[in-house]
Amino acid sequence: MTYFPEEVVEHIFDFVGSHRDRNTVSTVCKAWYQVERLSRRTVFVGNCYAIGPERVMARFPGIKSLSVKGKPHFADFNLVPYDWGGFALPWIVAAARLCPGLEELRLKRMVVTDDGLELLARSFPNFKSLVLISCEGFSTDGLATIATYCRGLRELDLQENEVEDHGCQWLSFFPDSCTSLVSLNFGCLKGEVNGGALERLVARCPNLRSLKLSPAVSVESLNKILARASHLVDLGTGSFAVDHRTDVYHMLMNSFPKFKSLRNLSGFWDASPCCLRAVYPVCTSLTVLNLSYAPAIQGDDLIKIICLCFKLQKLWVLDSIGDKGLAVVASTCKELQELRVFPCDIYGAGTTSVTEEGLLAVSSGCPKLNSLLYFCYQMTNAALITIAKNCPHFTRFRLCILDPGKPDPVTDQPLDEGFGAIVRSCKNLRRLSLSGRLTDQVFLYIGMYAERLEMLSIAFAGDSDKGMIYVLNGCKNLRKLEIRDCPFGDIALLKNVAKYETMRSLWMSSCDITLGGCKALAAKMPRLNVEIINENEETYEFEENLSDLHKLEKIYVYRTVAGPRNDAPDFVWTL
Amino acid sequence: MEAAGESLRDTELRLGLPGTDAPEKPASTVTRGGKRALPEDDEDGYAKSNKSSEEEEQGEGDLCCQEPPAAKAQVVGWPPIRSYRKNSLHARKVEGEAAGLYVKVSMDGAPYLRKIDLKVYKGYKELREALDDMFKCFSLGEFPRKEGCSGSEYAITYEDKDGDLMLVGDVPWEMFISSCRRLRIMKGSEARGLGSRH
Repeated sequence: MTYFPEEVVEHIFDFVGSHRDRNTVSTVCKAWYQVERLSRRTVFVGNCYAIGPERVMARFPGIKSLSVKGKPHFADFNLVPYDWGGFALPWIVAAARLCPGLEELRLKRMVVTDDGLELLARSFPNFKSLVLISCEGFSTDGLATIATYCRGLRELDLQENEVEDHGCQWLSFFPDSCTSLVSLNFGCLKGEVNGGALERLVARCPNLRSLKLSPAVSVESLNKILARASHLVDLGTGSFAVDHRTDVYHMLMNSFPKFKSLRNLSGFWDASPCCLRAVYPVCTSLTVLNLSYAPAIQGDDLIKIICLCFKLQKLWVLDSIGDKGLAVVASTCKELQELRVFPCDIYGAGTTSVTEEGLLAVSSGCPKLNSLLYFCYQMTNAALITIAKNCPHFTRFRLCILDPGKPDPVTDQPLDEGFGAIVRSCKNLRRLSLSGRLTDQVFLYIGMYAERLEMLSIAFAGDSDKGMIYVLNGCKNLRKLEIRDCPFGDIALLKNVAKYETMRSLWMSSCDITLGGCKALAAKMPRLNVEIINENEETYEFEENLSDLHKLEKIYVYRTVAGPRNDAPDFVWTL
Repeated sequence: MEAAGESLRDTELRLGLPGTDAPEKPASTVTRGGKRALPEDDEDGYAKSNKSSEEEEQGEGDLCCQEPPAAKAQVVGWPPIRSYRKNSLHARKVEGEAAGLYVKVSMDGAPYLRKIDLKVYKGYKELREALDDMFKCFSLGEFPRKEGCSGSEYAITYEDKDGDLMLVGDVPWEMFISSCRRLRIMKGSEARGLGSRH
């Protein structure tokens, strides 16, 4: 192959899409490495501390699209302290200097500042798409600079970020000449929205296909917007709170039938059951429906709308849907691929709104189901075994039994056999989250059968170090392992240290890991960063005096070529 | 107590809750206190976190919507729901336009019960004042303004989701209104035991 001219090799590489394949191709020989690096257009960095930004940009000067992830996944659940790290600025600075052709930036769980956004806005003349997911540290002022300076911006997608509200004027910063927007999502903003500016913006962007509004956008405003945006494919409705006796409501009722292309619906923050009727006309063509932010919509109303959605592929709901509602999903939504059921009532014992029955029904009625996130109060082994038989195509299976360590209520047994059946049957399983009472046995099954597993989340499970060892010795494709509140200690940590270099990261909190164990790990594996996150102020001042037997609350271990990071806060020690 | 609907303030309040000092149920005082985290106690914390569902529910209620985790907290981050979602739902449920949270209020010795909408009150002080007002025609004495008022003849208690009889005022207001099923104003010797508990 090296006898072909470079252009030919490069052309062939165009067909090599996936990151993994391109990475492999680049290791074949020096010539291929060169061709590959100069022709690479997309780079994905799963851990921003695994490599320095300059090194990435220097290797791939031609990239148009960059994705970077920062904090560990458990940061979503407040397990990672606020100022742990994950700063976006170094990446933006490096890209501004070395990759000015950048067109797309996608950041997840990172700290992004207004300064960073301004630098981004000013540095890339062809910039087209900014996607920020679960980020924080910026305000609407930063958004204003994006609006001002990114000529030709096509996509601004803000998902579940913490954005400081400095006023509603940022939307007016999109110049009149901005007509290129295809996707605009500001659903996570909490502050007021300038309705007029929004309506004018929508009106002058004929290519707008995806629009997700924040809860502050009133239905009056929504009506005006919908009148100008009948080609929308994806709509997040904003508040959707309106009295059904008003003209505004009637206008809304008349708006939806016009949407011939609408396929995705979400938002519905304050929606009441009668307002939901407005969307019935589009239900039959919907492929994605997200009602998980509408606690006022109860089971029967959910059923009424789901009955119409026979093309649905993705459904996110609250557990107020009940087993009864899930049975309706099972009989109606034959194309369903992804289901997420979130708990309505997070605090108390609550009513048993969804149980194993609901999931059983869906598993038997929806043969294409491959992705699941299910919060429930109980699960049985028998149900899991049947579900595994019904749905061998699961790629993502996340089950959260709300009561940690709860066994099968019928047999009082741990759920080892149930989850064992899932990993045995679902040969393509890439992501698994466990819950309920579990012994080391389930980890034996996972190690043996979960060959394609890439991400495993464990909480309140296992009996001994053996559990973790089974996983580390099995699961050859494991990339991310996150564990909390399990009896795994130093023996497990140190049993298979080479494994960690094949993985992106390991998180362990409230386990039995000691300082001595981490020191040993760091000593054996210099290309890992072994971070100890110690929020207990009494101890971190005396770090030198801590004994090796001191139990550690939180550790985060990840492979890196960049060495210990230089932006770690006081409470993070890298050994 | 803070106003309802300020979800950020609520989380501040929960951080301020001396969670390890003021047990939600008398029975678990010892374990809660024992969980105040010196590192040695974390093992206890772990072992106990696998205990009864009762304690876990308390853990959830107390700690689920906290912000930066207190290292001392037991079940921070459980259930695993993104804070964005928790804050969103919580704010909406509490502010919400759903019909109020009506609970029955009984008073020992009174011939009939009353019903009140808990959402109307911003906190415990307003609730006590309202109950005082509502039941003064039946009462012989003052309602206790705070727990531990010696000599008070009445204690305000409530039945929670588990069916247990609890003293009003121990938990944050938000948690109280989401778990209170009915109120009972106790008087006489029963009340003396509860009212003068501290």
